[in-house]
Formats: sequence, structure tokens, C-alpha cells
Amino acid sequence: MVADNMVLQLKNIIKTYPGVVALNDVTIEVAKGEVHALVGENGAGKSTLIKTCTGAVVPDSGQVIVNGREVSSMTPKLSKENGIAVIYQEFNLVGELSVAENIFLGRAIRKGVIIDRKAMVEASKEIFEQLDIDIEPNELVKNLSVGYQQIVEIAKAVSQKAQILIMDEPSAPLTKSEVERMFAMVDKLKSAGVTIIYISHRLDEIFRLADRITIMRDGEKIKTLNTAETDVNMLVSLMVGRELKETYPARMPCIKDEVLLEVNNLYGNGLTDVSFQIRRGEILGFAGLIGAGRTELAELIFGVKPKTRGQIIFKGREISPKTPREAINHGIVLVPEDRKRQGALLSIDIKGNISMAILEKISFCSVINKNKEREIADKYCKELKIKTPDIMQIVKNLSGGNQQKVILGKWLASNPDLIILDEPTRGIDVGAKYEIYKLINLLVESGKTVIMISSEMEEIMGMSDRIIVLSEGRITGIIARQEFNQELIMSYASIVKGKE
Amino acid sequence: MKFVAGLKKYGIFAVLLLLIIIFSVASKAFLVPSNLFNVARQISMLGIAAVGMAFVLLLGGIDLSIGSVITLVNIVAAWLMVKANVDPVLAALIALAMSASIGFINGWIIANIKMPPLIVTLCAMTILEGVAYIICGGLPIFGFPKAFTVLGQGYIGLIPIPVIIMIVIFVIGSFILNKTFFGRYFYAVGSNEEAANLSGINVKRVKYLVYTLSGLFAGIAGIVLLSRTNSGQALAGKGFEFDVLTAVVLGGVSVNGGSGKISNVVAGVLIIGVLSNGLVLLNVSQYVQMVTKGLVLLLAVGFDCIQKYQKSNA
Repeated sequence: MVADNMVLQLKNIIKTYPGVVALNDVTIEVAKGEVHALVGENGAGKSTLIKTCTGAVVPDSGQVIVNGREVSSMTPKLSKENGIAVIYQEFNLVGELSVAENIFLGRAIRKGVIIDRKAMVEASKEIFEQLDIDIEPNELVKNLSVGYQQIVEIAKAVSQKAQILIMDEPSAPLTKSEVERMFAMVDKLKSAGVTIIYISHRLDEIFRLADRITIMRDGEKIKTLNTAETDVNMLVSLMVGRELKETYPARMPCIKDEVLLEVNNLYGNGLTDVSFQIRRGEILGFAGLIGAGRTELAELIFGVKPKTRGQIIFKGREISPKTPREAINHGIVLVPEDRKRQGALLSIDIKGNISMAILEKISFCSVINKNKEREIADKYCKELKIKTPDIMQIVKNLSGGNQQKVILGKWLASNPDLIILDEPTRGIDVGAKYEIYKLINLLVESGKTVIMISSEMEEIMGMSDRIIVLSEGRITGIIARQEFNQELIMSYASIVKGKE
Repeated sequence: MKFVAGLKKYGIFAVLLLLIIIFSVASKAFLVPSNLFNVARQISMLGIAAVGMAFVLLLGGIDLSIGSVITLVNIVAAWLMVKANVDPVLAALIALAMSASIGFINGWIIANIKMPPLIVTLCAMTILEGVAYIICGGLPIFGFPKAFTVLGQGYIGLIPIPVIIMIVIFVIGSFILNKTFFGRYFYAVGSNEEAANLSGINVKRVKYLVYTLSGLFAGIAGIVLLSRTNSGQALAGKGFEFDVLTAVVLGGVSVNGGSGKISNVVAGVLIIGVLSNGLVLLNVSQYVQMVTKGLVLLLAVGFDCIQKYQKSNA
């Protein structure tokens, strides 16, 4: 590609924070009209790099060149004027306003002092037509699904005549069909001459969309490749800096005859007639689209929500936990899907997090036995290889993978029989994922039983002994390991029977 | 940022020292033993109630009913002793049981009906004050047995008994937060209620306990106050919650819940005590004092919120 074709050039960007080099002499060129993917593990410097383009971060040195002109001190305002727009994971939308009002937020079309709603609706319609999307501009944004809200964000960028659209993990909150629609829109924008910088952990998307891929690691640019000249293995090894021999670690066969959990005709929390069994030592995967009822099932078993009908038989006895505490006492624990909101106590230290579920057990007359607490925290810190200077570290300061390990540590300390993992590796980088997989294997090898809910097809196929597929609150398929295949799972997951 | 963090850690003691220096220079009557004992006695009620408020704030809540609980405890204990001839110890115990029950009811409503603590305790504040007026008809009740006044006016050695009670309550408060599992639960629920629940903590029970303790500690403050003033007044605790809240927030307990320590609350209580005493010594008018108090709380909360804002942007 020739240099004058470059719409965005970042040259020798250096950005340091106290103790960390966030960007080390990074040079990247983005050609006009291409989809340029940015990949790398968490902490590789992708976000910081994006922030230098939007003016949110001022680099220590280096040049930002837009359309051949250097912008010496980028600010958010200048960035906008230069046609750069970002779709963040969290949207900047006002739920109580209509779609059209959101698109023209802060730039309302007016007749004198009066807002010209009609003109805004017309202009919005035009944009949606252009994108080949059907949204009613008068609808309130809060009534839209996450996928459509994202489209409104994109429409906002289009209405601002964005030339460079940066998308940060755009597929993370979307369902499968919404992802497809987003892809189609990306294609449309591209053919309209918009340049797209696409950041994602999901490599299959990268290969579907990108013309070129830039790999980053530890604040440095490793390489920019043409998509046609690379493959997943090469990408992964460049990202982590090593060859991953196998993506999923092997484990010893450890399934026992004992049926640990039996669920019969369970109803409630959006579920309809769910029945299954799981043996001790098994990893049972739950697949399905978002909203299929997987998390809801976990909530019933863990006592977060009440069942309305049906039986839960655990270790041969019928149970009906009404609170998480009751479930924990039976030996059932849950690692929830939203690590930061539901899982970890971010402002409390590692020690306090690990001991949280067993505090009453290690207390005498209400007084915590602190030696015992430290001992337990140390033990799981070592066993789970939590990377930290010491156990007094606040959990907020840990990486996602280590936070997840702390939550696992909390549950292992309570010595459970059944561990339910809801999206255990979401938002965790490739290397840390592998470690989590190894830990899951260790769990079942030591006689524990695992239910794993995951939206990542590869992960659930790689780790499970059996997969149960849910759709609209019902079980639509149970698949044994030797019959695993992606198409089968997808077809079960899209079975729609309609609600009763 | 480092400066702000440092200020948060030790700044409170620096502010206290600064106030002491200012008032010592400005008034000859300030830095003399008799006045310092006076300050200590004055702050003891504040300190006792502050421990309860600190727990509530840790939980991410607030208890505006503290002042009215003090008033009601005053009136009820006085009424029992004077009008019903109840033994002082029994009267005090009945009043304390009542204050703890009021706290429990606050906690129950907040936990089960999920009403904002601000509204629940604001309603309690008005209701309880009304009840106190209904009981006493707005008139003071006095004429207690002599033995009762020891609690508020007596000394052990050189130290006033209210001060000793305050120190005991501080020690208990610190013990609960640092040593017991339920103290740890206060932090857990305050920093993330949902995660605490999913970790097997009975969040409702924690709320009952915290509001009950807040009521109980306010009750103790009320009994000490009654013994000291020797007369049950319908205005006894009026506006008290404001000073308590200011002291606790000055002491670095976050209004957003989840963080705070009793040792710093002690400093916050001392600042309020020194400030009130100093302003009186300097003949500052009562209205100017009100303005000052309002500004101090505004500053303290503002500082806390700036902290949070910076943290979330870090």
C-alpha cells in the first residue's frame, strides 16, 4: 500500500505511566477504506493506542497523522473534527430519548429555537436506509435490544460524517444474529469508504472482517499482516509470544458412576420442564444463545431465584435451596458471569475475598481466626497460581484472569462438590484462559463436578464431557463428546418452540 | 493524586492539630485542662452515636433518626423514672431495648421493602420526635434519683464516666470491624451487595444488625445525655444526627459505603468537638456556627466524592 493512501498514521508513539510502558515506539498505518483489526492480549496496549487517536491520552512522544496532516496535540474535539469516531463497549446513549434524538444529541436540527423533530426523524431514516437497517426513529432507546442500541451508536457516528470508525469489542454484548447484522453493516460502511479499526478477542470475527491485522503485545506492535497470509495459530502464537501446542489441556478420565445432581421437570425463572443428570467428576457444558436460560438455570440450582415446580436431587437427597448460603452448605457454588459486579469484592483484599464464604466456620465466638484465614488464602493463592506480590493486595488491582482465580479460590475453600461456572473466561486473555482450563481439569480430577456455561463454542466443545443445549428455557439437545460438532449445537440452539 | 491519598490517610489528624493550634492562639481559655475535659465530655455522646453511624455508612446507608432516638430515649427513660417510679437501671434498659428495636425496624424496612435508607430514617426521625412530644407534652421531665446522675456527671479517677463509656464503645466498634466475621460482612455488603449475597452472606441479616446497633448506640448516647443534663427534654437530640454524620464522614468513612476505619472516626469526632468548643469560646454567634457546620459537612463529603471520582477514572 502506498503511503498517501493512509488515512491514519501513528508514528513512534511512546506512552509511559509510572512503572509501566503502555506503548513502546508503536507505529501503525491504516489505509483508507480498509477494515484494520487490532488484536492482542489484555494489557497489550490496544486501548491506550485508541485513546491516543481520540485525544483521551496524550502520548509522551510520537506523531498522530490524519489524512496526511499531523495533529500535534489531539483532543477529543479535534479528533471528532478529523472524522474519528469510537463505538465503545458501553454506549453513550440516553435511554429516555428517542432514536432520532440520540443520533442528533447535542446537534439537534432546529427551526429557530424549536427542535425540528420531523427533520431529525427524516435524517435518521435516511441513515438507516443507507445502512439497510430497519429501526423506528421515534422509538425510545431504552426499549431497544443491546444490538439495536449499538446500531444507533453507529448511526450517530455516520451522521457525524465519521471517516474512521473505531469499534472496541463490538460483538461482546451481541447475540449471534445481531453479530451477523453488525458484520453486514461493517461491510456496508466499508463499501461507502469508511475506514474501520476493529478490536476483538474473537479471532473468527477478525478473519471474517479484516483486510489487515495488527498484533500487539506488551505495549509493542509485533506485526501487521494481510489477513489472507495468516491463520489462527499464527495469530495466537504472535499474540502470546509462544506456540500453543493444544488449545485445550488434556485430563484424565475421572467420571464416576455416582449421579451427583439430578434435575427433574424443573420450572421457574423462565425455564420450562428442564431435566438432566450429572455424574461426579463430569464437566457438563451448557450451550445456547444469550437469553436461552442457562444463567437462569444456574440461579435456580444455586438458590438465587426460586423454582416454581420440579425436583432438584443432590447427593441422593432432594433439596430446594432458597438462598445461596443454603446451596453452599449443600456443596454447590457458582462463579457468576459478571465478575466485577457479581463475583469479586473489588475493594477488599485477596485474603478477604478467599475467606468470605467460610468466615463463620473459621471464627470462634464470632472472632475470625486470622492465622487460619491467612493460611487458607496463602494455600489457594499458591494452588491457583494467583499472580500477586501478597494476599493483602486489593482485588481491583488484579487482572481479569487473576480475579477469576480469586473467586475460584473462595469457592474451593468451602470444599464444594459441584461448581457452576458461568462464562468463566469472558474478557480474559488467551494465556490466562489456558490456565483456567487447566484448573477446571484439576477440579474434576480431584473429584469435583463442574457445570460450565459458555457462549464460546470452541471452549465448550473443548472442555465438556457432554453438552446440553438450551433454547428459550427448554433443553433442546444433549450431545455426547464423540458427537460434538458446531453445526449440531447451533441447530439445537436455534430451535424455537414458542412460549407456553 | 498521591497528595490526595496522603491527605486522606493522615490529613484528618493534621486538620485536628491545625484547629487546636488556631484556637489555642485565638483564645487563652482553650488550651487549659478544665476546658479540654469539657470538650471530652461534650463529645462523648457524639462519639458513642458515631460508631453506629459509621457502621451504617459502611453499609452504604444512612441513619437520620439518631437525633430523634436520643430524644425519645431521654423522654421515655425520664418518664419511667419520674412518672412511673421505675428503678433507674431498669428504666435505662427498657429505653435501650426500645432504641435497639427502633433500629431493627428501620433495618427491616430497608432490607425487605427496599426503601431508600434516607427516606426510611427521615420518616423515623419525624415520627419519633412527635412521639416524644406526645409523651411529655413539650415539658421537661426532671427529678431523677441521685444515683442516675453518676453516669453522666461522675468520674473514675480523673476521667469523666461519659468519656470512659465513649472509649469502651470505640473499642467495641473497632473490635467488631476488625476482628469479627460480621464486621467483615459490613464491608462486603457495603462494597458490593450482590456479590456479597452470591458469596453466601445473608445480606438482610447484616442490615438488621447494623441498623439495630445504630439505634442501640444512639440509645446509649441518649441515656448518658439524660444523666448529664439531669432532665428529659423534647429537644435533647435535635439536629444531633447532623454532627454525627459530619464527624463520621470527616473520619473518612465513605458515604458510598465499603470503606472506613474507627480510628479515623475518633479524629472526626474530636474535630467536631474542638470546632464547636472553639467557636463558642471565640463568641461566634450560633447562626455563624450553623453556617460553619454546614460547610464542614459539604467539604467532607465533597472530598470523599472527589476521591471516588478520581479512583473510578484511574
